Amino acid sequence: MTNSISEIEDAQALFVIGSNTTETHPVIGYRIKMAKNKGASLIVADPRHIDLADYADVFLQMRPGTDGALLNGLLNVIVDESLIDKAFIEKRTEGFEELVAAVKKYTPEYVEGITGVPAADIRKAARLYGTAENAAICYTMGITQHVEGTNNVLAIANLAMASGNLGKPHSGVNPLRGQNNVQGACDMGALPNVFTGYQRVDMDAQREKFEKAWGVALNSTPGYTVTEVMDAVLDGKVKFMYVMGENPSLSDPNLHHVDEALTEVDFLVVQDIFLTETAQKADVVLPAAAFAEKEGTFVNTERRVQLIRQAVTAPGEAKPDWVILTELAQRLGLPWKYESAEDVFREITDLTPSYAGISYQRLENEGGLQWPCPEEGHPGTSILHKDVFAKGKGVFTPVEYSPPAEEPCQEYPLILTTGRDLYHYHTGSMTRQSKGLAAFRPMEKAQVNPEDAKALGLEEGDAIKITSRRGEVTARSTITEIVPPGVVFMTFHFHESAVNLLTCCEAIDPVAKIPELKTCAIKLEKAAL
Amino acid sequence: MLSLTINGHEVKVEPGSTILQAAEKLGIFIPTFCYDPQLAQVGACRICVVEVEKARALVASCCTPAADGMIVHTDSERVLAARQANLSLLLANHPLDCLTCEKTGECKLQDYCYLYGVDESDFVGAQKDYDLDDTNPFYIRDMNKCILCGLCVRICYDVNGAGAIEFINRGFDSKVTPAFDDPMEYSSCVFCGMCVDSCPVGALIPKESIRQARPWELKSVKTICPYCGTGCGLELLVKDNKVVKVRGDLSNPVSRGQTCVKGHFGIDFLDSPDRLKTPLVKKNGEFRETTWEDALELVAAKLKEVKPTEVAGLASARATNEENYLFQKLIRSLGSNSVDHCARL
Repeated sequence: MTNSISEIEDAQALFVIGSNTTETHPVIGYRIKMAKNKGASLIVADPRHIDLADYADVFLQMRPGTDGALLNGLLNVIVDESLIDKAFIEKRTEGFEELVAAVKKYTPEYVEGITGVPAADIRKAARLYGTAENAAICYTMGITQHVEGTNNVLAIANLAMASGNLGKPHSGVNPLRGQNNVQGACDMGALPNVFTGYQRVDMDAQREKFEKAWGVALNSTPGYTVTEVMDAVLDGKVKFMYVMGENPSLSDPNLHHVDEALTEVDFLVVQDIFLTETAQKADVVLPAAAFAEKEGTFVNTERRVQLIRQAVTAPGEAKPDWVILTELAQRLGLPWKYESAEDVFREITDLTPSYAGISYQRLENEGGLQWPCPEEGHPGTSILHKDVFAKGKGVFTPVEYSPPAEEPCQEYPLILTTGRDLYHYHTGSMTRQSKGLAAFRPMEKAQVNPEDAKALGLEEGDAIKITSRRGEVTARSTITEIVPPGVVFMTFHFHESAVNLLTCCEAIDPVAKIPELKTCAIKLEKAAL
Repeated sequence: MLSLTINGHEVKVEPGSTILQAAEKLGIFIPTFCYDPQLAQVGACRICVVEVEKARALVASCCTPAADGMIVHTDSERVLAARQANLSLLLANHPLDCLTCEKTGECKLQDYCYLYGVDESDFVGAQKDYDLDDTNPFYIRDMNKCILCGLCVRICYDVNGAGAIEFINRGFDSKVTPAFDDPMEYSSCVFCGMCVDSCPVGALIPKESIRQARPWELKSVKTICPYCGTGCGLELLVKDNKVVKVRGDLSNPVSRGQTCVKGHFGIDFLDSPDRLKTPLVKKNGEFRETTWEDALELVAAKLKEVKPTEVAGLASARATNEENYLFQKLIRSLGSNSVDHCARL
């Protein structure tokens, strides 16, 4: 997030796109409703009639995968009706003329044809967003999990810059990040191309800093991403895989492909708190401590580093991941000496300029700190890009809309879109072990529109078989107008109805390598379960 | 700034402050049932009444603005008598099963009756006789114990936005309940548990902790929720090395005590019998338990057999910074940059 969670409730306008916030980030969902109660305008864009749609001043129900066109349509109106922030554009940005030229053809009428959203609603939304003193955009994977995910994010940035909604309170571009520490894992360099704080492996000065600190020679070529590594295994380029606290056997697209790779790889180590679907394929399984059984830090979606504290001891011989990694490194002859999580954190802050001012003591005293926090005494940064962008000027990057990789056809006439629900989390490895959550939501309930249900003769709760070009799964169905006709929604929480057997792993965003989990073509049949 | 006098002590407060806030500033205790600083105050329960000189009646301190020159008494005879009468009215139809009530030890009704010496009601009459609503797996609603302070109703509307519960009926028959008096699971309730945390008495009880521990046996550990990226603060309440229950951490700057169903009621996976407890090694397609020594030796040996770039690792968006840092340091120290995690999923 460029801005902070606490700013949401006092925004004048909120634009929520591709985020079912009340289910995936419930507490942020509360804040959005509070803002609405305080008088904010609320614009919601989603292919599904999510809970927030009921609270929206305007609800834009676009066809799955047409976000880019919708965003360009909003920009078209903002430019056309002079809702732009001229002073901001002149002082802080470059490339606006190119943007104006690029969005010219995305008139609301043209965009209505692509998205199915009435032109009048596009105009209304653009006016609400464009005329507000401050307006914040919140989005999640509904924007990014497309072949044009990067373009969608650029279009969001264009919208925020054109209207001057960056660098001030209650505004900004706010990706609501999915996992407790996905921000931290990125910050820590658990990415193929960067070390901590996004310092690049292919930049000599930055790599040499780490070589010196760690006392080893380091590789300057970026490695494989999660979406590429399975191919690399099948091509014989990767022979040893170490998976710590992830469950690609349910979370990754096209599970047949994942299954093949994890079976093929010469040696698989999985370190986890449960014997997940991935762990079952491992050669060695290492038992890890869970969050309440160790010390450390998590970083939330607003870049706030917060302390986690040990409440209980880990079961049996399970150990914190950092202890396991240290013991393994020592066996490999690496000179690692860490006595505590805090020891590791000190090394991180020494090597990471944006974390340099953070210490456990400060986190304890100050209730967390938002990076960048470059030196001791720096209060942290609640709003990014305040006076200047990290790269100087904000550059408008015009983007053209392109349709999803897989569109409905005669054989696969429906679109499947995936996500989470309130009561479970990701692959369910934790939530399905919680008695209350498991009892309340024991199985997948694929959402089917009444029209589609009628065509198939489906009754509420009937079993269905869902087939895509990659595979088939069965699940119970629920008949609901949350999904529009032609769209089916499923979560990826349940191994019994593993939706990622259906999704596509070839369709990935060319820049971010994110898979197109939000649309794939399917067919439905009634099934016996 | 306004200046007022409470129990003979002068205090200065910002305009708009309430008498209760002014008293808090002086460290003077005033009891409350329906007060919550994150909500608009309604002055419903009247236990916080105080005497203001020259005012006709006692005033609810939680929602009466402090005024310049005000002279306030929080423990005058008139105030104490009013509080005792209030408690006596509440006790008239409150079950006195404190021996087994889950709330004993952190029940405001019990604490205030103790404080003001109210051991029985002067108004004995009809008792409420509602069935327990224990149909959802997260918490029990015992409306016989409800004192109708309305905190849960306001939190559900104003903080959560779900608006799942409301008062029905009038007078003695007043009751907090979902639409049509249905069980909670048929309402718009999303089981965030914030009503449970806010209930001053034993009307809302989390199921997971029933007969597990008395409040004074619990150690509170403040930490961060392990689920989504919001980063809400949780208080884990621990007895005998077990997390007995969870509540929102009011001191956390992100969540300010707010929670969702997963953070509040979904932490018991910690005690699942399916937790991994020993290292496992697969032999002939089956897992066998092994020692750390042997497991790590095998992993190290296998790592030495492959070329550096043939190693790939998936780190974890669920693990800590420190662990992700060490994970990428390990993979990179071996000579491979193939380290990623599920940020893209």
